[in-house]
Amino acid sequence: MKKVGNHNSNSRKLFLSLALMLTFSLTSFAQDATPAAATEAPVAAQGGDPVKGKELFNSNCAACHKLDAKSTGPALRGIAQKHDMAWIYKWVHNSADLIKSGDAAAVKVFEENNKVPMTAFPALSEGDIDSIIAYTSEVKAEAPAPVPGTAVAGSSDQGGISNSVILGALALVMAMLVVMLFLVNNVLRKVAKANGIEVASKTPTTPIWKAFAKNQFLVLVTSIFLLLASAYFVYGFLMQVGVDQNYEPIQPIHYSHKIHAGDNEINCKYCHSAARVSKNAGIPSLNVCMNCHKNIAEVAESTATPEYSKAFYDEQIQKLYTAVGWDKSTQSYTGKSQPVKWVRIHNLPDFVYFNHSQHVTVAGIECQTCHGPVETYEIQKQFAPLTMGWCINCHRKTDVKMEGNEYYTKIHEELSKKYGVDKLTAAQMGGLECGKCHY
Amino acid sequence: MSSNKKYWKSVEELENGSIVEALRNNEFVEAIPTDEFLGSKEAMSSSTSRRDFLKYVGFSTAAATLAACEGPVNKSIPYVLQPEQIIPGVADYYATSVFDGFDFANLLVKTREGRPIKIDNNTISGAKFTANARIHASILSLYDNMRLKEPKIGGKDSTWSAVDSKIKSSIVDAKAKGGQVVLLTNTLASPSTEKLIGQFIASNPNAKHIVYDAVSSSEALDAFETVYGERALVDYDFSKASLIVSVGADFLGDWQGGGYDSGYTQGRVPKNGKMSRHFQLEANMTLSGAAADKRLPMSTANQKQALVHIYNIVTGSAVAVSLEEKFKSEVTKAAQQLKSAGSKGVLVSGIQDKNAQLLVLAINQVLASEAFSTTGTRQIRKGSNEKVAQLVKDMKAGSVHTLIMSGVNPVYTLADSASFAEGLKKVTTSVSLTLKEDETALLSTIAAPVPHYLEAWGDLSLTKGTYSLTQPTIRPLFDTKQFQDVLMSLNGMSGTYYDYIKANSSSIVSGATWNKILHDGVFVGAAQSVSGGSADFSAAASALAKSKAVAGFELVLYTKTGMGDGQQANNPWLQEFPDPITRVSWDNYVTVSNADAKALTMSNEIVANGGLNGSYATITTVDGVKLENVPVIVQPGQAVGTIGLALGYGRKAALKEEMQVGINAYSIYKDFNDVQSVTLEKASGDHEFACVQGQKTLMGRGDIIKETTLEIFNTKDAKVWNEVPMVSLNHEEVEATTVDLWTSFDRSVGHHFNLSIDLNACTGCGACVIACHAENNVPVVGKSEIRRSRDMHWLRIDRYYSSESTFEGDNERKESISGLSSSLSTFNEMEKAGDNPQVSFQPVMCQHCNHAPCETVCPVAATSHSRQGQNHMAYNRCVGTRYCANNCPYKVRRFNWFLYNKNSEFDYHMNDDLGRMVLNPDVNVRSRGVMEKCSMCIQMTQATILNAKREGREVVDGEFQTACSNACSNGAMAFGDVNDKESQITKLAEDERMYHLLEHVGTKPNVIYHVKVRNT
Repeated sequence: MKKVGNHNSNSRKLFLSLALMLTFSLTSFAQDATPAAATEAPVAAQGGDPVKGKELFNSNCAACHKLDAKSTGPALRGIAQKHDMAWIYKWVHNSADLIKSGDAAAVKVFEENNKVPMTAFPALSEGDIDSIIAYTSEVKAEAPAPVPGTAVAGSSDQGGISNSVILGALALVMAMLVVMLFLVNNVLRKVAKANGIEVASKTPTTPIWKAFAKNQFLVLVTSIFLLLASAYFVYGFLMQVGVDQNYEPIQPIHYSHKIHAGDNEINCKYCHSAARVSKNAGIPSLNVCMNCHKNIAEVAESTATPEYSKAFYDEQIQKLYTAVGWDKSTQSYTGKSQPVKWVRIHNLPDFVYFNHSQHVTVAGIECQTCHGPVETYEIQKQFAPLTMGWCINCHRKTDVKMEGNEYYTKIHEELSKKYGVDKLTAAQMGGLECGKCHY
Repeated sequence: MSSNKKYWKSVEELENGSIVEALRNNEFVEAIPTDEFLGSKEAMSSSTSRRDFLKYVGFSTAAATLAACEGPVNKSIPYVLQPEQIIPGVADYYATSVFDGFDFANLLVKTREGRPIKIDNNTISGAKFTANARIHASILSLYDNMRLKEPKIGGKDSTWSAVDSKIKSSIVDAKAKGGQVVLLTNTLASPSTEKLIGQFIASNPNAKHIVYDAVSSSEALDAFETVYGERALVDYDFSKASLIVSVGADFLGDWQGGGYDSGYTQGRVPKNGKMSRHFQLEANMTLSGAAADKRLPMSTANQKQALVHIYNIVTGSAVAVSLEEKFKSEVTKAAQQLKSAGSKGVLVSGIQDKNAQLLVLAINQVLASEAFSTTGTRQIRKGSNEKVAQLVKDMKAGSVHTLIMSGVNPVYTLADSASFAEGLKKVTTSVSLTLKEDETALLSTIAAPVPHYLEAWGDLSLTKGTYSLTQPTIRPLFDTKQFQDVLMSLNGMSGTYYDYIKANSSSIVSGATWNKILHDGVFVGAAQSVSGGSADFSAAASALAKSKAVAGFELVLYTKTGMGDGQQANNPWLQEFPDPITRVSWDNYVTVSNADAKALTMSNEIVANGGLNGSYATITTVDGVKLENVPVIVQPGQAVGTIGLALGYGRKAALKEEMQVGINAYSIYKDFNDVQSVTLEKASGDHEFACVQGQKTLMGRGDIIKETTLEIFNTKDAKVWNEVPMVSLNHEEVEATTVDLWTSFDRSVGHHFNLSIDLNACTGCGACVIACHAENNVPVVGKSEIRRSRDMHWLRIDRYYSSESTFEGDNERKESISGLSSSLSTFNEMEKAGDNPQVSFQPVMCQHCNHAPCETVCPVAATSHSRQGQNHMAYNRCVGTRYCANNCPYKVRRFNWFLYNKNSEFDYHMNDDLGRMVLNPDVNVRSRGVMEKCSMCIQMTQATILNAKREGREVVDGEFQTACSNACSNGAMAFGDVNDKESQITKLAEDERMYHLLEHVGTKPNVIYHVKVRNT
């Protein structure tokens, strides 16, 4: 007995330590990867500080320049090889003067870039420019090959030991307990035999199902129960007809709310600006996308997941460019556009009037209350059931946000007195009246 | 043995077995036509057996059921580049103006997602002209699928470049051959267009411009031109008049363009014990006649004599007149009152006779009438009958080489359209710039589509000294080009018409920027007066006095409130709009007086299915032109010896089959004279009308429409003229308003909406009815459904006649009934309207009762009451028992007997994608089997509340509106929150004239009415 128990606890410890070891070793490996790649780049000449240069680049230049791709302005990596430093100083301090002066190189650059004048940066010292040039002269880092398992380690790292490991361990414990019981039973039998005690053998009794069938009362009760249970499930099935909770259609462009609203923390109402003033939240028009994507033509390496590669995401951005008619290479609009036909996810029936601005602007309700944790959705889906019961429940529970809203001052004072409450719910304000939503 | 016995059933069987045998074997005596029955051989040889058929049916039913479980996939397509000012779900408003040659107004157009959906009145100061029913409906004409969508040359589809080059070469050809180039247009009233035409004529000396009004006001223009040297019409200001005498002028209708009702009604609501007095002398029963305090039905011939008689009295002349004796005392009374009213009096006349129109000017001059002003004259009618007649002659003579027509349809609207059509054949190139491929376009060489006014630019000078802009509210739906752009290309000018107006406007307006005018829609400049003012009036008077009455019947042609001159004949809203007077929709008809109908044995009767039937008549003019099978309406108040017939019907081209209704009265509109001498005969057969109101009289039920006279109103207590009905409570008589079956719900908190209707200010114009249609997606059901009383109008305007000469007379007569036989006979007689009855209009919509009888009988609680006073109707909850409609004392609930949208059985605007663009996206489109009714425009009140909430403020008085109160320019309808003690509606609700409809029922409605006061 004791032996068996010991064996079990030993194996458990072993397994857990193995799992933990694996976890940490992988994590440390993943953490090592990036700095290792970064240190590979040689420090550039000119005496500039590439670290300071990176800061300056990001704050001053990145709006129009990228290191490796043409944006509003040309790609800047290795720019020091194309122009001498004196020319670069002049250009950065005041490019317009340089172009006016008829400098051939300057005019060429100006014309190559759709004659978009560059902002003058007289505040940047030559040392600053040196630092920026030092940063832009760094050799392009090789993309680290995606290491299989990295992501797994990363995700398990977040939640500690993953659920499957725990479940596996528990299953193992159960199996061992069963084996133990069997062994104990055997041992006891052996002991009994050795001590000469006879183990009583079972006398055959009526099988339980026959007994059940004979008991008419039991049969009646059971069948009533079964009928009720099936009615319950049929009702449940029928009630969900037309309810599209978790509807998750495939969209023409794989748009990830996780990347935009989650990782980059873009406010919902930046894109869905109509939600503030209109009944519709509005699907952003493509020109809103281009506010950012004019400069973001590809995703960062770290955005890629095992499920969706960088190439996949870049292809989605390309789809946007095709739709809006943006030519990446010339940085200009072609004028050929084709609207994106998104699949509508939240479909309220015609006979319901719902107004976003009422809820978003007036009531100040977070988008997530009805739309769920959108910032975690890789693929957008319908979070709420959008049934009338769901609406009504919320109207019953939610207090009207009347602070600072003069519209409510008088009504609230009188109504709260009437109902004898401090705060009125939407229902008490009349939010349950049929005609408020059905007309 | 029994088995050997033979039994027989008849003697025949016993005697002659063979026949019986044959019959026994043949179940059917005659051969059954199985071959015919089973059809063709193909069908017989089908491999599909009955079992297969059942399998297919079963399978497809199952498949359909399964497919129904899956929701449809909806696409959502955002803009690629969203225009800054458009936010989906938020309405934008644009100020614009319209003038289509007949109707004109300053408007505010509501657009959603870039498409116009509703027309409102522009309320900015200076915007004077409000929309009538036809202009409210014109939004639907924009989305008319029968519009001409691309240019056609010789009936074949073509392009604009081909059209342009063809017109240009034709003009060159005309110059070479010396033929005339004629621009035939409606009245334009557009400074820039007139300038463009001037330039065109300057560069083409062989060209001329002829203005043609389908419904002419030529005589009034001629008279004004004679006296003041300018071709224009007086813009009367009836609000300044305390005594109005109208001799045959339906100024609340379309007389000289109409649009006088808001000024008129200002003086009609008693203020400080005073209101204006209105005499109306007329042949047909019109809106003006219905509103008048004293109406004298008389023929036009008598009106002429009466006018001279009034002239005599007012000016002190003594022209010999032959006025019939029975009219003399009343006309004299009117004339004397007019004279004593002095500058507060005004006289108008619709008699189409230059002499008569000269007398109008003379009388108003003598009175020095304040309502009559020669500054800011109306520019909306310029047509010349003579020039049009000359053109037809020229065309027939072959001297017109190129004819360019814009906004006119002479083949339909000219009396002698055959001559015009014949002349058109002799014209080398005829161009019809038109919205639709109408009668004229079909006969023209080139049919060129022009944009609707909601898609076009334009400038207007409706009255002298004002300047309004027309701006597009949507991109052109079809391949259209406006007349002005065509002119510019003919003039060889570059740029667009928009640039041209903009450049041109700077010289007209001073002190206002283009953007300001565009935003306001209207600019009021300095008042411009005309000089002159004298003519030989006495000669005119004596000439008029000598005019003779016509032989036979005097036919008076008029335009209907719904159809006007017939431009919008393909508009289902207007076709279904019941005429305010006769309450008949989908038809025109000849109106005959009671006495004449009796003499000619013509009649109207309600048949078993509740529909109205009428006799047919044949109308023959003196020239022998015949109108056959004209339906007859016996019209109370029609002057004996006269008959009326509406223009604008009987069109065929570019019209859906359902809309091709009525008789074309233009064919007898000879010499543009609205009075014709005709003979009337009864024809065989009965016409089936679509009439929405079978009953005519009020039957002395003074609690439906309360009327009183100014004298009683001023001198007696409100209890006398606004009697509250009494009911018995605990064997005591108490006021019905104090008794309550239910405990009343507390509505003192929040908003409590009331809609007020002033019967004094309501002229029955029907703008509210169409505005309600547009706002609430009310379906059109068609003529046969209307006849079955299945009309869907949420708002109806009931019209009541008195049986005696006044409603008060009816009340007295009813009171005097004693005994059963007396009551039977009296009520029977009271059902008939009098020969010259008083008329009252009463708009009725859902009364939004606080104790609503409909709510208590709904088995599914689909209709319920709100704290805000609105009676809600949840369509998705309704199962269609119709209990509510049966229990409604006001009969305002409407049932969807059929699916009226996307149903080819109801082929109106809701059956095509284009027509559905007019639907209001904030209001549900109801389905079959559902009850609907007026919601008190809850979508509008909710939107107002939400706006206030968003801006964090209280709602301001006047912000709450409904579609009908918005559309009412007469001040008859007002809407608001009675919990706002300072509001206008609270004052109206506390007014002494206030009463509720059927007060004794105890429904406590939220719609209130105001007692009608007549200044008799």
